[in-house]
Amino acid sequence: MSSLAEATQTKQSVIQCDSVYKIFGENAKKMLQSANGNVDAKSFQEAGCIVGVNNASFEVQEGDLLVVMGLSGSGKSTLLRCISRLTDATAGNIFIDGEDLLAMSNKKLIELRRNKMGMVFQSFALLPHKTVLENIAFPLQVKGSSTGDSIKRAKDMVDLVGLDGRENYFPRELSGGQQQRVGIARSLAVEPDIWFLDEPFSALDPLIRKEMQDEFLRLQGVLNKTILFVTHDFDEALRLADRIAIMKEGIIEQLDTPANIVLNPATEYVRKFTEDVPREKVLKIESVMDPIDSSEELSDLQVSKDAIIETVAEVVLNQQKPVAVTDSNNKVVGVVHRSHVIKVLFGSRGPLK
Amino acid sequence: MINHKIMDYSSKHSKLLQFIFLLVVFLLLCQFITPSENNFLWRFPSLIAGLPYLINDSAEYLMFDWWPIEVYDPEIEEFEEKPLIQQVTRAISASILFIIGLIREIILGGVKTIVIFTSWDFVSENKWARWPALPWTVVASGAILLGYKLQGKGLAMLAGFSTIYIAVFGQWEPSMQTLSLVLFAAPVSFILGLSLGIWAYKNRKVELTLNPFLNVMQIVPQFSYLVPVMVFFGIGDHAGAIATIIFATPPMVRLTVLGLKRVSPEVLEAGMMSGCSNFQLMYKVLIPTARRDILIGVNQVIMQCLAMAVIASFIGAKGLGFNLLLSLNGLRIGQAIEQGICIVLIAVVLDRMSLAWANKQTDYFADLTFFKRHKYSLIFLAIVVAGIALSYIGTFFFRENFNYLYIVPHNKGISISDTLQEGVDWIWDTFFFTLKGFNIFLIQQILMPMKAAYLSMPVVATLSLTMGVGYIIGGIRSAVIVGGFILFIALTEWWDRALITMYLMSFAVIVSSIIGVTVGTLCAQNSYTSKFILLVCDTFQTFPSFIYLIPVIMLFGVTDTSVLIAVIVYATVPATRYTVVGLRSVPPDLHDAGSMSGVNRMQRWIKIELPMSFPHMALGVNQTVVFALSMIIIGAMIGTDDLGQFILKALSDKIGIGNGLTLGLCVAFIGLAADQVIRTWANERKKILDIS
Repeated sequence: MSSLAEATQTKQSVIQCDSVYKIFGENAKKMLQSANGNVDAKSFQEAGCIVGVNNASFEVQEGDLLVVMGLSGSGKSTLLRCISRLTDATAGNIFIDGEDLLAMSNKKLIELRRNKMGMVFQSFALLPHKTVLENIAFPLQVKGSSTGDSIKRAKDMVDLVGLDGRENYFPRELSGGQQQRVGIARSLAVEPDIWFLDEPFSALDPLIRKEMQDEFLRLQGVLNKTILFVTHDFDEALRLADRIAIMKEGIIEQLDTPANIVLNPATEYVRKFTEDVPREKVLKIESVMDPIDSSEELSDLQVSKDAIIETVAEVVLNQQKPVAVTDSNNKVVGVVHRSHVIKVLFGSRGPLK
Repeated sequence: MINHKIMDYSSKHSKLLQFIFLLVVFLLLCQFITPSENNFLWRFPSLIAGLPYLINDSAEYLMFDWWPIEVYDPEIEEFEEKPLIQQVTRAISASILFIIGLIREIILGGVKTIVIFTSWDFVSENKWARWPALPWTVVASGAILLGYKLQGKGLAMLAGFSTIYIAVFGQWEPSMQTLSLVLFAAPVSFILGLSLGIWAYKNRKVELTLNPFLNVMQIVPQFSYLVPVMVFFGIGDHAGAIATIIFATPPMVRLTVLGLKRVSPEVLEAGMMSGCSNFQLMYKVLIPTARRDILIGVNQVIMQCLAMAVIASFIGAKGLGFNLLLSLNGLRIGQAIEQGICIVLIAVVLDRMSLAWANKQTDYFADLTFFKRHKYSLIFLAIVVAGIALSYIGTFFFRENFNYLYIVPHNKGISISDTLQEGVDWIWDTFFFTLKGFNIFLIQQILMPMKAAYLSMPVVATLSLTMGVGYIIGGIRSAVIVGGFILFIALTEWWDRALITMYLMSFAVIVSSIIGVTVGTLCAQNSYTSKFILLVCDTFQTFPSFIYLIPVIMLFGVTDTSVLIAVIVYATVPATRYTVVGLRSVPPDLHDAGSMSGVNRMQRWIKIELPMSFPHMALGVNQTVVFALSMIIIGAMIGTDDLGQFILKALSDKIGIGNGLTLGLCVAFIGLAADQVIRTWANERKKILDIS
């Protein structure tokens, strides 16, 4: 136990936010000081200040995919820009790999962005005067890599995002989906540890969006980056996230795994989002698993605890007996009863067990 | 109940009632203030009459006394005390002269540049040390090639036609002199404007300080720049170039700031997240992305440079403008037409070329071979060789005469000026009585009474009218701004002259707006005529302003009518353009909504299109005011008795700098007062209609 605690202590979080505030307006700092941490968006607005981020504290571990979800004006993009320091937070602390982001000099910040950060934008934000290849090579070139090296690396990135054959096209000659592939390739060109995505698929058609989400999951499977992903689409968040932070008026209403958000919405606001979510598409077998009862007779079938219920529902329901659940080491850790699966599929909202 | 209705009516039409009240006050003031020199309600005492002298004295002090430094004089072999500013301006003048001379000699040939690096003796001993002119065939083919590269056959043909016309009509030398002035002034304005623009973009305070200066600079008549330039830099090509640069830089600053601001914030952020330093962000991300707006700025700079060609000749810039001025002064209309056509052709070609450059998108080259990549440079090299060979052959062919394949000397080409002159004379002979009748009618029945009415306004009445209009439209702020501008003019000794300028301006603006709105509305009815009229507007706007004076002098001689007609033609262009653009930008959804509500064409125009495009038209009228003012002042060249005439006089006055600048400010303030009212109103309307 003590070794475990030690391990969590030494394992540093990649991104750490402590009570981050971002307030727009002329005397934001003064107002924040006098508010003493209790920021009320309405009273600030009357004084001419707009609250972007209100007391955000969270950590993101290495390889973690955190999705920040919120409607427009909820402050999700502002939060992202505070962490990439495209805007300076009004108060609070942000640590990247343990280093104080807000205390960094301009030079150090540029160094950080050149080596550790990559970002994808909603409107793609490609440079109109550069070709696909040149756009992708751009971060390498501003860093000072030789033309040969940067072009070679850019070619690899073109292959990675599946744009081979279009290296010498200009952004104006590409479709939206293709442009965003370039944006993704550019953000990954410097092999960043932290990957920011600001509503990357919101400007795309629904079919292309689905395709790009699959592509994104494939890439993440290969690259395993630490990711901060901003979206206004709750389904997208559920589909991609390890954890979701739901924001409203600058406040993080709830930060949890998709399953927990669907099962236990913390506030009324979050509950409204989860109402129409088909639970079998979000929940894993783990959520309906019971502890092993040795008196019970189990079927021959075994399912993984990480399987999404929808994908295994049919086979589980076709069994007469309860089904054993295994973990990633193929060890049986529990059983799943059909009645629970049926409840998820057809039952009313409410506790699962 | 009735009381209620009245209240309702008055609150609904409160602005109208305010206007009526204002008009009543104005008329009462006009009626009851006695016109007498001693009545300060009639004319304010010229309290700031000393301002011009103050400016004169400070300029002279700066130039001749301030900060003396020791300078070695090689002629008397001694150190001498000389004022700093004078030395600096002399150094600037000398370097500008050197560069202009260099450009000129590359095109036209010469020895001066070589002399600067060697000596006269060296040049006279060595016959080879002489730079020959580029054969005109090379320049012409180069222009054709450039036109083809930038846009295609059409532009190539235009460029070819223009250069060949210029060469064949024997205007090659003055045209190239004008061009060399543009080739110097335009890049300097570009660099200056770009740097100031970048600075203003980066620093909000700089932008806020720069803005009023740009506003004033763009509306102060060009003549006013000439006097201070003359005082500080003397007379000659360099002075012309400096005046041109001062005049051409503001639009470049404007468009740079505009272009940089229009770069999407995400592109900026993408650059930052790619790890750009501030420098990389500006030169690798922002400027290339804003390329089009910046190049439109270059186009504006070139147009302003050509617009200055004639005006700069007042302080000694050589070239077409100077010759044109001589022809106009000598009333040699035929010759003036020929020279005017040259300027117009140069202007149109440079305009189209720079626009084509702005709209051209970057091409991809990396895959191509050396020959393909440098195709155009290689072709040009071939042209140079061929041109030189051709002119060499020419030396055998035109043994006794001028070598026309090399250069067509000034006034030795074809000329149709005599024929043109005959045509002009014929028009005079044939239509003399009609034109004169019209002229006399206009002057006696309309202009003279209007002028008299303006002059019979007591200054208090004018002031309260303008401030009242400002107050009704834009509240206290507008009233104070407008009042300040008018008060400044009223306190100078030129109030009467300013009234004449205002009368000319208001007459021209009213007529121009009526014509512009009518023509614009008619043409906006379908897309072909709109495109056509916009093309016409584009072309007319390309013509340097003084070009308009040639045909009016031809028809009406040297009178107020000529000036007014030139002003009206010139100022109608923006009124028409803004009307067409405003009407065409009414969203098609609104048309459909109107049609589904069953409106007929007339109703659609009155109830939908007109209200929606009215703010835009108002901005057109605003432009009309600016155009009209600048043309009225240029009209002083053919004789008016308003502020412009005094500015022109200041040019020949030894201490005219104070007068010139103050008069220039007066003109600018008339324009800015109108601008304040119209713009405030248009912006207010736009906000209400939710259009940007």
